[in-house]
Amino acid sequence: MTIVNHNEKIDTVNVVIDGIEMEVPKGTLVIRAAEQIGIEIPRFCDHPLLTPVAACRACLIEIDGVPKPQPACAQVLSEGMNVRTQRSSEMARIAQEGVMEFLLVNHPLDCPVCDKGGECPLQNQAMTVGRPDSRFEGEKRTFPKPINVNAEILLDRERCVSCARCTRFAEEIAGDASLELLERGAQQQVGTANDEPFDSYFSGNVVQICPVGALTSASYRFRSRPFDLVSVPTTCEHCASGCSLRTDYRRGTVTRRLAWDDPEVNEDWSCDKGRFAFAYLANGRIESPLIRENGELRSASWPEAMHFAAAGLAAAGTSAVLVGGRATVEDAYAYSKFARIVLGTDNLDFRARASSTEEAEFLAAHVAGRKLDVTYTDIETASQVLLIGFEPEDESPILFLRLRKGVKRGVSVHTVGPLYSLGSEKLSAHWVKAKAGSEAHAISGLDSEIVGALDSNSIIFVGERAAASPGALSAVSRLGSQTGARIAWVPRRAGERGALDAGAIAGLLPGGRPISDPTARSEVAQAWNIDADSLPNVGLTGTELVTAIKQGSTSALVIAGVDPSDLPNGDELIAGIENADFVVALENHHSEITQRASVVFPVAVVTEKSGSFMNWEGRSKPFSAAFREALTLTDAGVLSMLASAMNVQLNGDTRALRKELNSLVPWSGPRTDVNNHEVHAPAGTTLATWRLLIDSGVMQEGEPHLAATARPSVVAVSAAMFEQLGKPEVITVTGPKGSITLPTQVAEVSNESVWLPMNSPESHIYAQLGCGYGQAVTVKGGAA
Amino acid sequence: MKLTPVITEHWDDPELYTLDGYKSHGGYEALAKALTSDPDSIIATVKDSGLRGRGGAGFPTGLKWSFVPQNDGKPHYLVVNADESEPGACKDIPIMMANPHALLEGVIISSFAIRANHAFIYIRGEVPAAIRKVAFAVKQAREAGLIGKNIQGSGFDLEVTVHAGAGAYICGEETALLDSLEGYRGQPRLKPPFPAVAGLYASPTVINNVETIANIPYIIDRGVDWFRQFGTEKSPGFKVFAVSGHVQRPGIYEAPLGITMRELLDFAGGMRPGAELKFWLPGGSSVPMLTADHLDLPLTYEAMVEAGSMLGTGTPMIFDQTVSVVKAVTRWLEFYKHESCGKCTPCREGTYWITGVLEKFEHGNGTTGEMETLTTLCGQIAGRSFCALGDAAATPYPAAIKYFSDEFTAATHTSADEQFDPVASYVFSGVRA
Ligand SMILES: Cc1cc2nc3c(=O)[nH]c(=O)nc-3n(C[C@H](O)[C@H](O)[C@H](O)COP(=O)(O)O)c2cc1C
Ligand code: SF4
Ligand code: SF4
Ligand code: SF4
Ligand code: FES
Repeated sequence: MTIVNHNEKIDTVNVVIDGIEMEVPKGTLVIRAAEQIGIEIPRFCDHPLLTPVAACRACLIEIDGVPKPQPACAQVLSEGMNVRTQRSSEMARIAQEGVMEFLLVNHPLDCPVCDKGGECPLQNQAMTVGRPDSRFEGEKRTFPKPINVNAEILLDRERCVSCARCTRFAEEIAGDASLELLERGAQQQVGTANDEPFDSYFSGNVVQICPVGALTSASYRFRSRPFDLVSVPTTCEHCASGCSLRTDYRRGTVTRRLAWDDPEVNEDWSCDKGRFAFAYLANGRIESPLIRENGELRSASWPEAMHFAAAGLAAAGTSAVLVGGRATVEDAYAYSKFARIVLGTDNLDFRARASSTEEAEFLAAHVAGRKLDVTYTDIETASQVLLIGFEPEDESPILFLRLRKGVKRGVSVHTVGPLYSLGSEKLSAHWVKAKAGSEAHAISGLDSEIVGALDSNSIIFVGERAAASPGALSAVSRLGSQTGARIAWVPRRAGERGALDAGAIAGLLPGGRPISDPTARSEVAQAWNIDADSLPNVGLTGTELVTAIKQGSTSALVIAGVDPSDLPNGDELIAGIENADFVVALENHHSEITQRASVVFPVAVVTEKSGSFMNWEGRSKPFSAAFREALTLTDAGVLSMLASAMNVQLNGDTRALRKELNSLVPWSGPRTDVNNHEVHAPAGTTLATWRLLIDSGVMQEGEPHLAATARPSVVAVSAAMFEQLGKPEVITVTGPKGSITLPTQVAEVSNESVWLPMNSPESHIYAQLGCGYGQAVTVKGGAA
Repeated sequence: MKLTPVITEHWDDPELYTLDGYKSHGGYEALAKALTSDPDSIIATVKDSGLRGRGGAGFPTGLKWSFVPQNDGKPHYLVVNADESEPGACKDIPIMMANPHALLEGVIISSFAIRANHAFIYIRGEVPAAIRKVAFAVKQAREAGLIGKNIQGSGFDLEVTVHAGAGAYICGEETALLDSLEGYRGQPRLKPPFPAVAGLYASPTVINNVETIANIPYIIDRGVDWFRQFGTEKSPGFKVFAVSGHVQRPGIYEAPLGITMRELLDFAGGMRPGAELKFWLPGGSSVPMLTADHLDLPLTYEAMVEAGSMLGTGTPMIFDQTVSVVKAVTRWLEFYKHESCGKCTPCREGTYWITGVLEKFEHGNGTTGEMETLTTLCGQIAGRSFCALGDAAATPYPAAIKYFSDEFTAATHTSADEQFDPVASYVFSGVRA
């Protein structure tokens, strides 16, 4: 038989489970089919995203004509199969009960002190299919407890039921195969070779999928009972992967976060940053508005601060709005409107990082307003994938996992860049070596074989770092139109993609509408209920905007979520802010900006507001407030109050903003092409750098165990350069501002580049070196 | 019935282990014959011979070979299971020590038949003497052009690798063996896919026991009819029986399948003086025990199953009246507990639990309730474990209780050593510690 699904014919088989007739796709496992009709077969080792092992034997069922009970988690249904689960088979019921009794033999049953108690598959299934009491009277096996498998993950071996979920996750999904089952018999245990840490960006997932309390996290262990927690679905605010998470809290404090099943996006997984980096939400928050009086910041009431800010902005000259890459779509949209309507300026940017005019052109031409052009699912069936200026494992970990899935299914990956990383290795990627900053050359010089194989089923992933490599984005644009390969831009931060579509960048109105286009202007003016002529003309972005602030040609600033140390010219920004007439900062934590602002408004963090993030696919990922009773205002809320203090009506309601933005359907009018930009890679050695997933980022503060899992700060050089430098143990890299000395790591690096982490302990590129990706540095063996 | 030395025929020749020694008795003539015939006809011959695997399960060898997909473009492998670790089994190691070239000739013919260009011999690591003998035979065969490129001008290439195990009984289970051979921790693999389709390095692989493969040259040389004159319809051929225990002359006796235990016992000189047979196991600790009542049954795959046991490895262990069944069963379970690989719950936890309870009985501290518990625990393992090791572990107790429940009842108050003087069961019982 066949059934037709999405116009695709699927072969099916007819089977009977507990007397219920079913037609299921060929290859369906008994356990999955039973789930579909609401029959829950007990299981421990089974996990829908891992290959079956049939090890725990909890799921034994009877098949007519088969003498022995069979594991439902590994049994593929075939035509005419008649399956009886514990519901209709005494053989299955007794077999399951027997296995359950065995599982408890060496299990400590210390539920009252176990983190899993209350949400434990072992507890639950022992209650449903187990015997009422145990016949085992012997001595249980014990282990010294607990041991660390890495700094964040602890293991109580005596609780382990040897289901091998954690080890299969490590090998199959993360590709970090160092977690293994060791020893044999009842002594079998999870561990790592030579007690080296389980080095993985995804280690927290093993805690979540462990069906008992054997794996726990240092951050949650002994903190709470699951039944005391309130769980809410949320969207991760850390990166542009857009993971669905679950936030658990108790009495107003987040106790943990877990991956939420989202088959289209993160499946069942999350990275460790998304899972563990949330202490910042509560720590060190700005509590009330602050205004500057006699050079000092002091607390002020909201009305006082509003009037102060309104007056200051009204009095100042040309203004600008800088919103960092972390705003929700709705907040970014509010900034976009506030700049154009209230401040009458198009000086606006969300890219609080290295950026370029070329990038702005690229985003306008290929990204803004284009939703779901390329999706996670597309990766699995892509013919080829090209990574340019993009390190998925560090910069979009869930995209990395999906790439791994694709690679397992035969997708080939090419990575263009100066370093063949551990992540590239785990993707079995082919390396197109490029000196940092000269990616454009590498792209135009791509092997004809690779180019020839690129088609509309190929995907070019380009990272935000490409903006720092002159000519790279125009080369990507050309390669795309030449081959038909689809282009996907993957920024790092959760808010960037949404801010782009919300028009929080000079030159682009919402939905990718060019501000210079009369039709675009009138569409937006209509939605905003203003006169199209009152919309400003194209303003400044990026570096030029910061320079304008520094030079004082832009003298008033509304700034939110920007950390100057993220900018190559952060010093200029700070100097500009110091000289500016008036600076309004919207922030939840103090920063170099708030210390210099004229007025500071505290704003809500993700747990206190609803909103949405748009991930790299252009997929909207809405979330609602975890703490509904929170009194903090969203950025949009503050901007709305500020507008009204300046006598402009601006709706600050999240839902209303979302609705209005959605009504501005993506721009279908003409787009400007990316200009051909000149390629000018500096001579000599260039700097290769990016942010490691776990690093010194401010949103990771307050979670020392997570920080301890970070990859070490090193200088990576090629074997040839290592040789040339005299095989030094440490290497000093020097830029215009100063030097960084770190331990040497010999790696697959272009001979013309040197790699250091961008913002890790003892390696803060902009602050210490004063230059960025692709720029010239000098390299020397030994200390400075 | 008479003994029929075939594999063991020239074991009195101290030079048999060398290439010249083996050749002087007609060795490698079968190979010459095989290399000029069609591989499929060899498979057919082996199928027709009815040869059944000697590793324990008795699976028809020719049928197994015929499962290997041909012309699939993948490399094929032959893997010889020489991990012999079954308690009581001692036949493969003697074969490798005394007549390694019979194995090797079988390896070359079998590889030729299944179109394998690489064969592996996975030998139990604890017997370096056997490993050395086989490695030496491989070396001599290679030097003589019997292994390598274009063997004897036939155009057939074969590499043979001798691999030493690292001391785990489970690595005798064929899929665990493959994992071990690939460098992983030896644990059984989920089937399907079966090794014949995706075995070593995910390629079609045949795994056979040493004795099975050592049969091949003789079958090819002497023919199906010759082979089938021995044994029965369902158990054709002869078998290298290794008799151990309380007999006068423990050792290797090669005889047709269908010989009775009583006859074998006679060849082994009968029980030791003054002793009386108490129980015996036809083939290793993994098969249920039998008693004197079963001595006249033919030792065939089918008759042993009918009697509630199995032929297993065909290496009978004989125990006389000095042996405590409680103690014997406890030792076996301690073995299975120690060797359980840990992968599946019933075997991992069941052997742990059962062994603890049996040790109580051994010390006279069991309870009648626990006798019942042991029975149900074995039932909770048998047929539910991942591989046959679990089934094997669930075998000794139910068989023992069938014939000797009194001893377990006695062990609720009297320890095994009080019931049976352990020294009396020593082979050299005259010698006191
Ligand atoms: C726990 C366990 C241990 C085994 N050990 C051996 C062994 O040492 N040698 C052997 O030939 N077969 C052993 N077997 C049987 C093998 O799995 C397999 O059936 C056999 O090697 C096939 O060869 P055959 O068909 O020639 O008998 C063992 C099976 C199990 C479950
Ligand atoms: S630690 Fe947990 S997930 Fe890992 S094998 Fe043990 S029970 Fe399974
Ligand atoms: S991959 Fe990105 S979105 Fe997902 S959990 Fe990690 S940081 Fe959050
Ligand atoms: S029965 Fe299970 S635990 Fe025992 S050896 Fe086989 S797979 Fe391992
Ligand atoms: S869930 Fe099927 S064997 Fe574990």
